[in-house]
Amino acid sequence: MIFLRLILSYLIIGLFGFGGGYAMLSLIQNQIVTPGWISDKMFTDIVAISQMTPGPIGINSATYIGYVAPQANGFPSPLWGVLGSVVCTLVVVVPSFVLVTYTSRIIRRHHESAVIKGMFAGLRPVVVGLIASAALLLMNADNFGSDAYQLTWSITLCVAGFCAVYFTKIHPIWIILAAGLAGFVIF
Amino acid sequence: MEHHISDNRASLGQLFTTFCKIGAFTFGGGWAMISIIEREVVTRRGWIDRQDFLDLLAIAQSLPGILAVNIAATLGDNLRGRRGSVAAALGTILPSFVIILAIAMFLTPDMINGNPTLSAIFKGIRPVVVALIIAPVISAARAAKLNRFTWAIPVVVALAIWSGLPVVSSPILWIALGGAMGILVFAKAMKNQAQK
Repeated sequence: MIFLRLILSYLIIGLFGFGGGYAMLSLIQNQIVTPGWISDKMFTDIVAISQMTPGPIGINSATYIGYVAPQANGFPSPLWGVLGSVVCTLVVVVPSFVLVTYTSRIIRRHHESAVIKGMFAGLRPVVVGLIASAALLLMNADNFGSDAYQLTWSITLCVAGFCAVYFTKIHPIWIILAAGLAGFVIF
Repeated sequence: MEHHISDNRASLGQLFTTFCKIGAFTFGGGWAMISIIEREVVTRRGWIDRQDFLDLLAIAQSLPGILAVNIAATLGDNLRGRRGSVAAALGTILPSFVIILAIAMFLTPDMINGNPTLSAIFKGIRPVVVALIIAPVISAARAAKLNRFTWAIPVVVALAIWSGLPVVSSPILWIALGGAMGILVFAKAMKNQAQK
């Protein structure tokens, strides 16, 4: 059943989500998009909406996916959506709570220890790969289009967007709004 | 290590509203939130001194999950025990929950695809979202100080996950493997150093 699957998936996302929001995208893809609970397109839209609204991307995506996934999978009433939203948003923070309560004293004593330092040294290169995989998986026909016209413009916008994020200090909100305007004019 | 709890004791309500405010006005997730949380709880409220805040931050960063929620939960736990941790974390997630739920209810996928204007706008936005994810790959790669051997790790991880093959395309596998290898290599290095 979709609700149990969502709960399990968000527990896993909360428990293995190391390396920040972008690295977590890869886990969300693996747990939610690959099994087909939501489409690639919808996932990209959620990332866009998360960038334009306040709050952490992990929470934003849990709330949004919790709302749309039950409706897309045989629970058409919006009330099921609201329930899914509440459940996913709470479940994704459960591992944090448990770990904060039971492990923070241990970590406080040992956070200079070889185990924790070593773990993070090992995770750092993996996190780079996780973020890269999220980007690679989204470079598909769903997001870039399949005809030559849309594909050309998509690649142009992607390169321009990258330059804007990487080389300037323009806030991502403005970059997304500009991209929306460009889309409106071009397509 | 003795931890001093400030005389300006936070009430559960104050913890909740303070983190609600932080959650409602910060764009860009955990890292952007840290300086705002610090200003609010260290400078303005005086709930905790800077050194203790940095210690808590180290704990929050060592835990998996959503960084902003981890910071709220560790701080709340430190100030008011488990109930404090629940109050602060709920405060952090409430604003984004309300905003995203409202958006999800009114901006449904069918609506985006069915409306020519919205559909065009999102066709422009989607490739740029991909760009927004490529940029942190490069900054994370630089921060990770990859050398001529370790640069292969992110390449293998990204391609394996992208491949969609069974088992190797699971991010969980690579997270567990990376953490475990890190502990082994680091512990060995420490041992060698101790022998010298």
